[in-house]
Amino acid sequence: MHRGSVPPSRRDVIAALAGLPALSAFLEACGPRGAKVPRYDGGIVGGSAALGHRLFAGDLHLRPVARTERTGTAILGSGISGLSAAWTLARAGYSGFQIYEAEPEIGGNARSGRNAVSKYPWAAHYVPVPAGENRALEALLEEAGAIAERGNDGRPVWDEAALIREPEERLYFHGQWVEGLYPRLGATREDLSQFAGFERAMRAFSAARDGKGRRAFALPRRLSSPDAEFAALDRLSMAEWLARNGYASRRLLWFVEYGCRDDFGSSLAETSAWAGIHYFAARLEGTSLEDDPAPFLTWPEGNGRLVTVLARSAAGRIRTGALVFDVTPSRSGVVLKLFDPARDEVVQVEAAHAVCALPHFAARYAVAPLRERLRERGREHAAVFDYAPWLVANVTLRERPEPHGFPMAWDNVLYASKSLGYVVATHQAGSDHGPTVLTWYHAFAGEATLPARQKLLSASWEDLAATVVADLSLAHRDIAGKIERVDLYRWGHAMARPSPGTLFNPDRRQAAEPIGRLRFAHADLSGLPLFEEANDAGVRAAESILSEERLPFSRLATP
Amino acid sequence: MTRPGADPAGAGATGGVPAPAAAPGRDGAIRPGPVYLTVLVIATCGLVYELVAGTLASYLLGDSVTQFSLVIGVYLTSMGLGAWLTRFLERGLAQRFVDAEIAVAFVGGLSAPILYFSFSSPRFFQPVFFSVVVLIGVLVGLEIPLMLRLLRTSVAFKDLVSQVLTFDYLGALVASVLFPLVFVPRLGLVRTSVLFGLLNAAVAFASIHIFRDRIGSPRRLVLKAAAVTVLLLAAFVMADRLTNLAEETQYADEVLLARTTPYQRIVLTRNRAGFQLFLNGHLQFSSVDEYRYHEALVHPAFAVNPGAKRVAVLGGGDGLAVREILRHPGVESVTLVDLDPAMTDLARNHPLFRKLNGESLSSSKVTVVNEDAMVWLPKGTDLFDLVFVDFPDPNSFAVGKLYTARFYSMLKARLDPDGAIAVQSTSPLFARHSFWIVERTIAAAGYVTRPYHAAVPSFGEWGYVLAARKPFDVPARVPPGLRFLSEANLPGLFAFGPDMARLEVPVNRLNTQVLVRTYEREWKKFE
Ligand SMILES: Cc1cc2nc3c(=O)[nH]c(=O)nc-3n(C[C@H](O)[C@H](O)[C@H](O)COP(=O)(O)OP(=O)(O)OC[C@H]3O[C@@H](n4cnc5c(N)ncnc54)[C@H](O)[C@@H]3O)c2cc1C
Repeated sequence: MHRGSVPPSRRDVIAALAGLPALSAFLEACGPRGAKVPRYDGGIVGGSAALGHRLFAGDLHLRPVARTERTGTAILGSGISGLSAAWTLARAGYSGFQIYEAEPEIGGNARSGRNAVSKYPWAAHYVPVPAGENRALEALLEEAGAIAERGNDGRPVWDEAALIREPEERLYFHGQWVEGLYPRLGATREDLSQFAGFERAMRAFSAARDGKGRRAFALPRRLSSPDAEFAALDRLSMAEWLARNGYASRRLLWFVEYGCRDDFGSSLAETSAWAGIHYFAARLEGTSLEDDPAPFLTWPEGNGRLVTVLARSAAGRIRTGALVFDVTPSRSGVVLKLFDPARDEVVQVEAAHAVCALPHFAARYAVAPLRERLRERGREHAAVFDYAPWLVANVTLRERPEPHGFPMAWDNVLYASKSLGYVVATHQAGSDHGPTVLTWYHAFAGEATLPARQKLLSASWEDLAATVVADLSLAHRDIAGKIERVDLYRWGHAMARPSPGTLFNPDRRQAAEPIGRLRFAHADLSGLPLFEEANDAGVRAAESILSEERLPFSRLATP
Repeated sequence: MTRPGADPAGAGATGGVPAPAAAPGRDGAIRPGPVYLTVLVIATCGLVYELVAGTLASYLLGDSVTQFSLVIGVYLTSMGLGAWLTRFLERGLAQRFVDAEIAVAFVGGLSAPILYFSFSSPRFFQPVFFSVVVLIGVLVGLEIPLMLRLLRTSVAFKDLVSQVLTFDYLGALVASVLFPLVFVPRLGLVRTSVLFGLLNAAVAFASIHIFRDRIGSPRRLVLKAAAVTVLLLAAFVMADRLTNLAEETQYADEVLLARTTPYQRIVLTRNRAGFQLFLNGHLQFSSVDEYRYHEALVHPAFAVNPGAKRVAVLGGGDGLAVREILRHPGVESVTLVDLDPAMTDLARNHPLFRKLNGESLSSSKVTVVNEDAMVWLPKGTDLFDLVFVDFPDPNSFAVGKLYTARFYSMLKARLDPDGAIAVQSTSPLFARHSFWIVERTIAAAGYVTRPYHAAVPSFGEWGYVLAARKPFDVPARVPPGLRFLSEANLPGLFAFGPDMARLEVPVNRLNTQVLVRTYEREWKKFE
């Protein structure tokens, strides 16, 4: 962890992150140098990029094996998919599993942190209440205490404490905070009619069924219709789909793009129209787009709460600081090699089954047959999985910024910024005054991935922190003086984007196919970087092992 | 609204001056006309400052008879002191006179802003108040004697005394008539005092001109007078921007105190009947009828759990509910949880509040906690026998959360199985949906509820919800010696006429905050 309390220099920041145009303009307008610069503390947390790179370097393969261990089922990765697999096995009374995680902490993209003020998320921070039937997710949420009771029809009544407290979202638009996410203020009649038209179109997609009665857009994705009629949408980008359907209102385009940046880390042009529509259609249930498509569940630590619940079932069976670098399916099971940097040794694990819950960018180097495939078919094959870099900041405030228009909400979005705005960690606890932690997000969308990732990973804490503060200052002039810490997480490979043409690509399907007794489970594989996908993938991988082992269990996954 | 004080111009009589012969000539050639106008103005100003001080003191400390006599007494004595001091002034009388005018313009003109300012810190108010009154008194006391001595070379003594005193008394009449009828209603106290400061400054300029031959270096005096004028003009113009003054126009009555805390805007106003507390522009109580509101909030719950020992008040930082609670001798401890330390400090230290709440917050049984009740509730595990929920109306999301099912179930976890709560629930008449939402929400959190209402003229018909974990009867007993509640009128509180009858409403939850939206819609009709 890097620490520092150096006043950031504005010009360096501009040079370092030219990808944030609104910011640069703001910084330049910020007046004379030498003005009083507020001081705050902080550092860069987690993301062992150096350890990760040993996966590609290949030198580990040459090292001798220090020990050999045995286990029933090896689960690689402790993200939501890996933990969901463990949770499913444990529910069935199967405890012969072991989880291997490279990072010192579990959770993957659902990791969280805490300080004296609050718990806070480091990435994933909400789950929509399941729209259709999703018994696995419902059972998990029930364990998390998110279901207060069951209605007469057996449907869950969601707990108020977990549903997002109103006010849910606000937008900083033309110098003031307004309620909601769609900027109605000053919208022309044309703007509003396009918005209404878009909403109708999404509602129609939401209701659409194919000949077999399957929903066109369902969650998890595998329940959606594979029919050509809908699959054809994957060949278009969301930008193209909008243009072809006559949507040109700048406000509408902003609104739709915000959704794509927020969920996928991609711009309209980088998002498959199928995914862009899925974002709205899969969750639209009776309510209007402007309220919420479906209510969200959240906790101060975001999805970190669900990590805690899932991990209970794996207590004592998680090995952190274990980088899996070689996975070979054999006739009788799976052999894997992991590197323990603390002891500087290589350990071999022989397992009857394995669930590879690693992100694909890691799996394709660690899993021998995938390495082979990559070597044979080259980079083009890998392009199906394009990873968006993200920067996440947790900004600890001594006190709240001055109120200005609509009051602070859970989600606070800046119209004129390329960032995604911030969520307030203390919101669910009902605290409206005093110290808090803001979790600020920025997805590097609309720019070449590699340079953006390099820029992100080479920038210093000072530069990145100054960028975050400058962005927040767009809407809160007084915020800089109220900041205690700015802590950062640099996600070089945050999530696999649903780029146009990749969702129905055969390479994606192939990447998810089991190899012998090695099964794959990760949100990446569905193409939609969502909790529901990760959970479903983990549960299904585990249930498939239970079936193969002929162990009794009650199935959670929707067939 | 104000009482005219005694005539300060009586001090003019202290100027015992020998009779000079009227000696028109280059040297003492002063035309008496403008001089008498000057006298009229300074007399008016002098009385206005006294009226400003007296009015403010009676606003703040109540009991206007005492306050006015005290101010008049101190003011007149100070004027006497000023008059007496003139005997030590020998030379440069004109210059001294102008200096005195400038000083009066400064102190008198800024007296109201200064007093308002010191009002927000009750500990300093008294000393600051009397210093200002004495200072103005002394300075005003200098004016007439000096004026008489300046004029004695130009005017025959008998004319001089008669004219000066005539205009002096006339000025007093002007002031005492215009002050309550024109200035206070039109300009408010602060602008009135600044305006008269400006008049005093004008007198200074006029006197520099009139006595130009007797003043050695008029330049410095002009500069001084100009500086004070600019300052006063700025105060007058900026008056609108000073929130105090902005509020004087916003509130129907005189603003006594206005303070912005990190949590809210606290404003205290006063009118003939009593004083009122506003939080963020919403009336919290009027001293005239708050007893009705607080008796109704507190005593019915005691009938449900007569043995109550451990009591909590959530909100209610004014200490008025605590006052009623302490009437029950069985109560051993009262925990008051109010977000804003500025509010509880005011209730504990400010003389007006202390008088009204009977110093309830200083009782050894009372513990004050300054925290958001939503954040405070889950922190502890100790139970309460009675909890009084006395938050402002749900006019914002930050307050609305304190009326949700989630909040009431958190509260239930801190309530003894035999315990009860009483919740202020806005008006069942003006905000009928809102009232029934509160009731339904409390019921949804697993309480047995009994809604009731009481007439509080300042608010209108007001609503409460009494709730307990177990079924209970309509309260029938109240302690003796109350002003509003009696065992005869108690049952009537629990009956609702058709215009307030129960409505079909949703439960208020954190994720909908339907109450805030409903409340806003319902009260809009009355704005
Ligand atoms: C910034 C951000 C915000 C997000 N917000 C949301 C949100 O609000 N809602 C939502 O539903 N989704 C969100 N997501 C998507 C999120 O990715 C998924 O919801 C879900 O958490 C993914 O879980 P996973 O298990 O599939 O993958 P991951 O979380 O990627 O888990 C993979 C795990 O494998 C480990 N690992 C990698 N390589 C190795 C190796 N070689 N050896 C051992 N272990 C290894 C990793 O450290 C990690 O713990 C967000 C993602 C990001 C990046």
